[in-house]
Amino acid sequence: MQSRIPRIALIIFFIGLLAFPLIYKRLAARNTAAETASANLSTALARYGFSLTESSKAAGIEFKHSAPTLDAKLSHIMEQVASMGAAVSVVDFDRDGWQDIYVTNSGEGSKNALYKNLGNGSFKDIAAEFGVDGLNSRENGVSMGAVWGDYDNDGYEDLFLYKWGRPELFHNDGGKRFTRVSEQAGLPRWVNANTAVWFDYDRDGKLDLFLGGYYSETIDLWNLKDTKMMPESFEYASNGGRKYLFHNLGGGKFEEVSEKLGLKSNRWALAAVAADLRGTGYPDLFIANDYAVSELFFNDGGKKFREVGGATGVGYAPKSGMTAAVGDVLNRGQFGIYVTNISEEGVLVQGNNLWMPKAGTSGDGIKYENLANAMGVELGGWSFGAQFGDLNNDGFLDIYVTNGNVSLDRGKSYWYDYSKVAGGNKAIISDATNWPPLNGRSLSGYQKKRVWINDGAGSFKEVAQLIGVTDVNDGRSVAMADFGNRGVLDVIVANQKGPLLLYKNTVAPENKWIAFDLEGTASNRGAIGAQVRLFWNGGQQVQEVSGGSGFCAQNQRRLHFGLGKTAAIERVEIRWPSGKMQTVRAPELNQIHKLKEPA
Amino acid sequence: MNPEAIASAPADHSISTAQSNAFLKKLAWFFSFENRYLAPMLITTILLIGQLTYGFLESWWRTFLAIGVAILVELVLGRLITGQWPHLASAYISGISVGILVRSPEFWPFALCSAISITSKYVIRWRGRHLWNPSNFAICVMLLLVPEYVSTLSVQWGNTVWPMLVVWALGSAIVYRLRRFHITATYVVSFIALALLRSAITGHAFLAEVAPITGPMYQLFIFFMITDPKTTVSRKWAQCLVVFLVAAMEMVLRLSENIHAPYYALTIVGPLALATEIWWTSRKK
Repeated sequence: MQSRIPRIALIIFFIGLLAFPLIYKRLAARNTAAETASANLSTALARYGFSLTESSKAAGIEFKHSAPTLDAKLSHIMEQVASMGAAVSVVDFDRDGWQDIYVTNSGEGSKNALYKNLGNGSFKDIAAEFGVDGLNSRENGVSMGAVWGDYDNDGYEDLFLYKWGRPELFHNDGGKRFTRVSEQAGLPRWVNANTAVWFDYDRDGKLDLFLGGYYSETIDLWNLKDTKMMPESFEYASNGGRKYLFHNLGGGKFEEVSEKLGLKSNRWALAAVAADLRGTGYPDLFIANDYAVSELFFNDGGKKFREVGGATGVGYAPKSGMTAAVGDVLNRGQFGIYVTNISEEGVLVQGNNLWMPKAGTSGDGIKYENLANAMGVELGGWSFGAQFGDLNNDGFLDIYVTNGNVSLDRGKSYWYDYSKVAGGNKAIISDATNWPPLNGRSLSGYQKKRVWINDGAGSFKEVAQLIGVTDVNDGRSVAMADFGNRGVLDVIVANQKGPLLLYKNTVAPENKWIAFDLEGTASNRGAIGAQVRLFWNGGQQVQEVSGGSGFCAQNQRRLHFGLGKTAAIERVEIRWPSGKMQTVRAPELNQIHKLKEPA
Repeated sequence: MNPEAIASAPADHSISTAQSNAFLKKLAWFFSFENRYLAPMLITTILLIGQLTYGFLESWWRTFLAIGVAILVELVLGRLITGQWPHLASAYISGISVGILVRSPEFWPFALCSAISITSKYVIRWRGRHLWNPSNFAICVMLLLVPEYVSTLSVQWGNTVWPMLVVWALGSAIVYRLRRFHITATYVVSFIALALLRSAITGHAFLAEVAPITGPMYQLFIFFMITDPKTTVSRKWAQCLVVFLVAAMEMVLRLSENIHAPYYALTIVGPLALATEIWWTSRKK
């Protein structure tokens, strides 16, 4: 009898081990089910402080993205290869105080759209009359995304369009029309790019431009010499496109200086974001790469870029980076970096990364640790675009993630064949001929989106289905802006082969907010790179004006801060790109403040 | 994966006595290590090459957790169930296998998988033998119960063939030394032949079908897991037959697009073969 006791205990222990994951899942599912059952938009407003309502049609937006048809040698995997190009960027192109929307299309002969915000809740597509619509063709490539920046400091933001093809720069002529100036600017003939960022890396007051290649620039995807154009590895590929850094010489001319400044990489870049991560005053550059580790380039005084991904911890484990966004997640005055990756149940659980500065590290010695798991923002499906923004104005930055790769037959998955080749040797994976045909199967399709709200205490809660984000399109690009000048951030989402969605935000009125429109004088006029540090309730939050973030996206340049139920702000410190400091004491709440860089 | 097998293989000190040269003697001494240490050394080498060169682990801490839990559970259960302190080489290999093969952003799956792996050796036994390769069994349990939190190693050896060739050469030498190379060779030949057959059936490129075996996951699978002496049958011809059946079952699973086909194939075929042998042997007695 005595000898049986350990044996019985052992069996109970074993059953307990097997039961643990089932109990864990059941408890998690019960909590979610209870909340879902009681969910409607009014309870969402009461419970989470906001709700989102898809309002594109009501706003006059009826845009549907189309994908290109590349070389016939890729026909067996066409939907997988031609799976990007739906992109959205926000701009007030005519300086009327209302945020407008530029959205890209990618089918040959398809049209991009420039939705002018009419200020009454509706938009009108004026791309054709402004000459920025018909930019997609087999000969010159198709659009992948756009970023806006006032490169000549005339007060009007200019349009840079990157493609799998010929990149284009359009000068904004006083908000009345656009003039194509690509040749004068000295842009290359062909780049297969999926990311670009405007930033003033040398702080000379003129915006420079980073452009990141995905496929090698030697490849014309419509006229392939051979099929050895796929990544040479699923996690260590370095046969992608080169990187470009265009230094703004003034007079509408740019000089390509990437090699001279040490910005060299042939990884498959999908996203980039520039921000001053170390407090040097110079913007550093973070690149999220597909099929590889992320890269972080420290900017040494505008004279050299130094790759420190490994040293800082962000370039350690290779994943499938698809977005890069920065945000002061914990209101500590420091930026975290959010990178999206792939998670597919039972197949590939990479998890998204939230790179947070390690306590006690800063400046050149800054180290990052991935707290996505600890903070609950890790599993987002096949995640593409993501942005930070205080969606409920509670004073803490939330995260919106869109996802879904290829949605075809709901009942059939390509994952088995995909994983078969993805794990193969370089000689196998890099040749598209070896990739099994897609045959109408889905690859992480029809996925539920993620909206994570920040509790301010180090954890996030996923509420997408509860607050009204219920679409299952193949989401690509996300941007946030206050389209109604109401003091709330709305969300615009571009979907691959799907509609452009406008999620209008309704926020509980008791939460306060403040916003800043900045205009540089010594600095670049759009104030890209300016940091605003807000001090209230004994805490602080820093935001930076960005020339592009997320996946193929750009938020409004206006900086929006939610404040919670606070009664007052102590002060606002603005560090302009030129280095000038400005302090505004006790600014009025619930207002958009227009600030000009002091002389 | 599961090299527990090799760790518990009988010691082999059959180095040739004809070697008179001092260098050769030293070399002979080196290779006369107890066999049970060879597998831990090999798998540690694979881990270090993979991690230091390509960073292929989920994280050092997750791997340490898997190893630590495996060793702890082995110590506790070994002492409680057998009354003796167990040798820890097998548990170390189980832990490190879990640490390499399991992919999860969470920490708990690594601990749980290691605990299930070791505990299964003590619980699921028939006539004094455990039937499943411990880490293979535990990984299958995790994939079945919590697929939303767990996947398995799917990375490559970087962009060159050299690390892969080094591991193939080293692994082959060690399993040869352990007199189990015929198992590995039979599986590899079977896999390639069946890849050809799958290619003919599916119409996919042969290279696509053969691609998985070029990855580190398969190197762990063929050098450690399928050669496990504790969970393989005893006769040489039967070992070859069983491993061919594993490859055949894997093909069936692959044709039904099962991503984790090798793990499930071994989990299905391995215990059936072993149970059959145990039953047949006892019947004869």
